Amino acid sequence: MTINKPVLSTVEGMTIRIGGEAGDGVESSGAGFCKALARGGLHVFGLSDYYSRIRGGHNFYSVRVSDQPLYSHEEPVHLLLAMTEETIPHHRDKIVEGGAIVYDSKLPVSPEQLSGNGVQLLPIPLSDIAKEKAGIVLARNTVALGVAAGLTGFDLEPMESVIRQNFARKGQAVVDGNLAALVAGYREGQKYAADFPFKLERIPDAPPRMVLNGTEAFSLGALAGGCRFVAGYPMTPGSLVLHWMAAHSARYGVVLKHTEDEIAAINMAIGAAHMGARALVPTSGGGFSLMVEALGLAGMTETPVVIYNAQRPGPSTGLPTRQEQGDLLFMLYASQGEFPRFLLAPGTHEECFVTGWRAFNLAEKYQTPALALSDHYLAVAIRTLDLDAFDFEAVEIDRGDLLSEAELDALDGEYLRYRITDPSTGLRTSSGVSPRAVPGHPRAVYVAAGNEHDESGSITEEPEMRTAQVEKRQRKLIGMAGEMSGPRRYGPQGAEVTFVSWGSTYGPLREAVDRLNAEESGRASLLHFVDLWPFPTEAVTAALKSARRVVAVEVNATAQLATLIRANTGRAVDGTILKYDGRPFTPECIVSFEL
Amino acid sequence: MVTRKDFDSPESPTWCTGCGNYGILNAVKMALAEQDIAPHQVVIFTGIGCGSKLPHYMKVSGFHTIHGRALAVATGARLANHGLKIMTVHGDGDGYGMGLGHMLHAIRRNIGIVDVVQNNRVYGLTKGQYSPTSDPGMRTPTSPEGAIDRPVPPLALAITAGATFVARGYPGELRHLVWLIGEALQHPGYALVDVLQPCVTFNRPGSYDFYNPRVYKLEEADHDPTDKTAAWELAYEWGERIPIGIFYRAEGVPTYEEQVPALKARPLVKQPLEKLRPEQIEALRAELI
Repeated sequence: MTINKPVLSTVEGMTIRIGGEAGDGVESSGAGFCKALARGGLHVFGLSDYYSRIRGGHNFYSVRVSDQPLYSHEEPVHLLLAMTEETIPHHRDKIVEGGAIVYDSKLPVSPEQLSGNGVQLLPIPLSDIAKEKAGIVLARNTVALGVAAGLTGFDLEPMESVIRQNFARKGQAVVDGNLAALVAGYREGQKYAADFPFKLERIPDAPPRMVLNGTEAFSLGALAGGCRFVAGYPMTPGSLVLHWMAAHSARYGVVLKHTEDEIAAINMAIGAAHMGARALVPTSGGGFSLMVEALGLAGMTETPVVIYNAQRPGPSTGLPTRQEQGDLLFMLYASQGEFPRFLLAPGTHEECFVTGWRAFNLAEKYQTPALALSDHYLAVAIRTLDLDAFDFEAVEIDRGDLLSEAELDALDGEYLRYRITDPSTGLRTSSGVSPRAVPGHPRAVYVAAGNEHDESGSITEEPEMRTAQVEKRQRKLIGMAGEMSGPRRYGPQGAEVTFVSWGSTYGPLREAVDRLNAEESGRASLLHFVDLWPFPTEAVTAALKSARRVVAVEVNATAQLATLIRANTGRAVDGTILKYDGRPFTPECIVSFEL
Repeated sequence: MVTRKDFDSPESPTWCTGCGNYGILNAVKMALAEQDIAPHQVVIFTGIGCGSKLPHYMKVSGFHTIHGRALAVATGARLANHGLKIMTVHGDGDGYGMGLGHMLHAIRRNIGIVDVVQNNRVYGLTKGQYSPTSDPGMRTPTSPEGAIDRPVPPLALAITAGATFVARGYPGELRHLVWLIGEALQHPGYALVDVLQPCVTFNRPGSYDFYNPRVYKLEEADHDPTDKTAAWELAYEWGERIPIGIFYRAEGVPTYEEQVPALKARPLVKQPLEKLRPEQIEALRAELI
């Protein structure tokens, strides 16, 4: 879609984009550049874009950088580093006036193709310098980054530190070669610096910051929250959490199993949780589809388990490496029959961390599955965060009503895993949650069953007990609802338009709101939903009561959040901004739809 | 001292009179008691089928899971707490059909699970359809013109896949079956005990009358259970003579769980669940700077 009226960013900054083929090191150099800029005290937002292939095709990495915090990537590009000829037509139209395209002078690019726009063309012998200094053509991306530093005037020192770190395991010769390539690129860039208007200045006293993506944030939260069993089958982008956990498993005492398939993964997690481990299953939509039957087993046996679905475009194989928010209603209703579940959709890296540990507490307190929704954009996009952005102190490990050995020793009468009646009062336990015992203690001998069961776990088909157990499970929803928060507002009260969104749309939408309000005060606000189920009906109703025009912004074709809002509050949205081309929103895109 | 009575439950099985599962239930109880394993020291995972209701008819820790997935749930349980004995008890439809994949993976992991398969060569609970171990030609509601598929050879499959303990039992030879399950319980890795289970309602040709004159014990027939090739050939012996006993047994093959770094010191659920320590938090943050 075309951007008709560019509404400028409220944040001073620029985007440097590196493009090439899969195998060109586009991702590693882009991420490395982000880290270097962060070490230089700047704020970054880095985003990779890649095709589902190992070699060839067109991949690019966008490095957005500013002296102020960033929450999104953006449309305009100020500097394009092209490793391949193909890169240029892909991104030429995004380059701002005064921007530049740095490309390997070896490429058969004719300047006539690129005329106009006030864009400078900088052919530089990237691969020759790479071969000369580092002995390998692949190092041309390092040369290009050096050029970028030279053009923008960015201090080389942080970039050198990243190169030393990244190439350390390949030996000193490789480190030295890349450092030389970087410096040579820098000198080339300096030649054109006077005519390149966009500058990057290191902030000398800036505090050290973390640079990380949603995968790392969620994984850290889960680890902090006591996750010690992970079973999963690789599926992009859920496998990123599987890899992180695998890399940390030996050191942090996590049992991780790459299973034969997703059905095995969810069932193993249920088995592990049954024995008392905090179990996680990372996956994506297709994998979750295979887990649906077992999800019901967890609900029926009241086994806590956390499933993390990093969504990608469907249906079916869809677009494996791209962005969509298409699984909300699916996860809400998945599996036959009815049973309670939590559905959480963190939208920022900070929320990913909190969700990571909170999901386990919720699952164990209410003895029911907790489903966390992320997506490709959130899983891979990196951002600078202050060191104290993740509150590790606030992390709690709350196992709910899990009977200790001492409590089991002192137990009066038979242990009933699915007890409905409170023994001290003879009344139904209002919470629907029964005291939980894990196998191993002589008093805790019971059979968990996917069949309908009585309080002891024995199979029953009797209508009274069936009714009682259904109501017991449903009763949990009351307590669960009390754990849910309503949407968070960003922007002024009484704005002309209130955007509603969920998950990672937050970042671009927040910046869009800022831009709209900069143009016209009081124009826009947003309501950001993280807690999706149980649906915080009262809070949402109240939040929407004073909203004037409500517009749902979602990366899907059917406005799933809007559907959920209407189903639970009766309030229909007044409009929708939907994107389903496999790419995430940018602030410009949202603003353009709105205006 | 654990006795068989410790496993008795007042709940009566819903199995037909004459069902082979009564013998299997007795054998499981007796084998556990003889190995001095108490009801809380073992967890029995089952799938779906008549036989999978077994743990409900015992006093034992159990988990009645979903069709074909008993081994998957049991594997997760074993990894979380390898301090308890883990068994699966399920039928041929569950173990050799829906769950066939999980069986092969449990075998290659050599995970410490005793897998008892109640092989009645038909689907009982769903009323008589043919199963992965039915004979070709068997006429059932889903094979009215006679089953076409050739049967799965479970023991041969297990031997080929590298199982370190492969056995077959028969409730008509109850003492022998008890002994087999006991041997399986002592075996460190994955142990398969296929059990010829008569089904009096849906597979009358495969009854006690059929098996009694045909079964013979490998232990009385000069078979060396370390001879893999002989075991594999015997796995295909069927017809007038049907071998029962330990077909193959390999010592010294490491189990999956003994090779997992996080499990070196003790079972996962025995490790205290604590918040991260400050130095761990520092180290994790440092990875991201």
